[in-house]
Amino acid sequence: MKEKVVVEGFENNLGTRNRKGVLWYALFQASTIVGIIALVALMLNIINGAFGYVAYEAKVDPDTLSINGVAVQDQSKEQLVALLQSKLSSGAFNKLNSDKPFESRTREEVYQVVIDRIIRPQIVGVWNLWPSLTQATEIRATVVKDHPKAELDFVSWLTSGFVKRPQTSEPLTAGVRTALFGSLWTILFTILLAFPIGVGAAIYLEEYASDNWLNRIIQTNINNLAGVPSIIYGILGLAIFVRSLEPLTSGEIFGLVDPTTANGRTVLSGGLTLGLLVLPLIIINAQEAIRAVPRSLRNASFGVGATKWQTVWSHVLPNAIPGILTGTILAVSRAIGETAPLIVVGASTAISFDPSSPFSKFTTLPMQIYQWTSRPQDEFRSLAAAAILVLLMLLLSLNAIAVVLRNRFSRRF
Amino acid sequence: MSTNNNSNHKYIMEAQDLDIFYGSFKAVTGVNMKVERNRITAIIGPSGCGKSTLLRAFNRMNELYAGTSIKGQVMFDGEDIYAPQVDPVEVRYRIGMVFQKPNPFPKTIYENIAWTARIHGYKGKMDELVENSLRQAALWEEVKDKLHQSGLSLSGGQQQRLCIARAISIKPEVILMDEPASALDPIATLKIEELMQELKKQYTIVIVTHNMQQAARVSDYTAMMMLADRQARSGTVIEFDDTKIIFTKPKDKRTEDYVTGRFG
Repeated sequence: MKEKVVVEGFENNLGTRNRKGVLWYALFQASTIVGIIALVALMLNIINGAFGYVAYEAKVDPDTLSINGVAVQDQSKEQLVALLQSKLSSGAFNKLNSDKPFESRTREEVYQVVIDRIIRPQIVGVWNLWPSLTQATEIRATVVKDHPKAELDFVSWLTSGFVKRPQTSEPLTAGVRTALFGSLWTILFTILLAFPIGVGAAIYLEEYASDNWLNRIIQTNINNLAGVPSIIYGILGLAIFVRSLEPLTSGEIFGLVDPTTANGRTVLSGGLTLGLLVLPLIIINAQEAIRAVPRSLRNASFGVGATKWQTVWSHVLPNAIPGILTGTILAVSRAIGETAPLIVVGASTAISFDPSSPFSKFTTLPMQIYQWTSRPQDEFRSLAAAAILVLLMLLLSLNAIAVVLRNRFSRRF
Repeated sequence: MSTNNNSNHKYIMEAQDLDIFYGSFKAVTGVNMKVERNRITAIIGPSGCGKSTLLRAFNRMNELYAGTSIKGQVMFDGEDIYAPQVDPVEVRYRIGMVFQKPNPFPKTIYENIAWTARIHGYKGKMDELVENSLRQAALWEEVKDKLHQSGLSLSGGQQQRLCIARAISIKPEVILMDEPASALDPIATLKIEELMQELKKQYTIVIVTHNMQQAARVSDYTAMMMLADRQARSGTVIEFDDTKIIFTKPKDKRTEDYVTGRFG
């Protein structure tokens, strides 16, 4: 193209404008790359902790437990029970028997008890994934030198057993089942409280409330509440649900005698506290979804003589529901990851039994992670990394459910 | 409101000294006009003179916009639709509306009409009602094989006729049309205009239009609106007469200038 004739008063600055555009483009791309690097680093860090070499030594050498040359792992259930009877004090044996009679236990379960109570493997060294991959020979040499009797295994801390086992104080047999169930129970009550109230309030504020000073104050307060630090909701939950409403949250008014002495520090209290925490988020998200329904659709409905309720129910809500669900799942994801309010409300840190009702003591995945990371031994940090992976998978599956639900509701038309 | 449809008033609707406000701003001043039964009444005028505002006041749709209020009366069958005992939902049921931008519900073609009939307690044969409404709106032949497709899958002109079918499915007494063809191409516009001629045998139609040829072609009466006072920016009906008179020998100089294209 021939160069444009310069008109007086104008200057040809196309080159400068393009260079500016390229600069901004590079800045935007750099921001994205920094974000991705942070995310990848986070994932690598977690994975690094969740796999690697473990060296452990048995307190009692399994070879000494052989009977007539039959190694302990090949013995029958009866032989194992006899072994337990001979090696444990009669009190400890009777306690195990009264927890669950040996007749009703499988051989595998009895063998697990033998390992836990007699052989008692002790961890003497833990290595992360990166050193395990790059310095395997050095690690092997160190273990042979320092702990000649120890066995060295490459383990994944995240196994199906890890998800299925209850919490224990032994890192090799600890699991997250207790915490996983605690999280699911808690979230159930969070949703039951926050979803109906949140959506109801959003419908009221968007569709019914007139634009006066009172409603503007309410709206401003909801927006501010969404930014209140979560620990403050914990204090609120402690005052209301744990203390004031203790008869309700401990199940007392339903005639339940609480054997675990939870005193109101129950699943129900935790769930309701998290419900309060995410309520403003759900209201704001639902309001935005409702506001996004076009005015022309409301006009169409009112124009054929529909009432407000018919318009809201048949047109506004069906069109807003994908947005409402997405907002709710995002809010619930936040609740699943919360630790601070649950610490204040008094979630347990070390319990080994699953919550069985709304009135049970409980712990949750983030509580469990927090507790493990605060222990001094390396092996607990590996457990925490594995628990973080479980938590992330839980969040991802929830988000997947949200996407599926959203697509299903969007296909209505 | 009485539900007496056989009233013998020649004029089904009448605005009396009607002022319309947005908050404290008076958008329309002192409108007096009568809407004759089974006729098409057009409202024309330049942009921003309050045509749509006036039309919305005829079935209380204006109340859906925050801060609007009116002074004066809008009579329907001899009764003021703004009287305190009157339910605006019933007003909109009996005085239907078709909007500028086609706005079918994001439901199937069938459901667009069936839902509308159901909310008003229709207990008859739904298939028949849907077919009759679509036939009256001259849409049946085009959509009879795809009744269960989304109303939004139709072309703009078909969507607008679906909106008309939806409006007439509940047998309103008056249909208000707010520039119903302004978003359509000339062929679709022609179809809508032909349809209006059919519909006026059974219904009374009030149409707002930007298009003076359209008003001249379809309407029996025409109301010419203009800003009454350039300072206050408040519109009013400056002339209301037979369409023929408005377009051939208007009494007001401003109307003449406007319809002959000299300004506006």
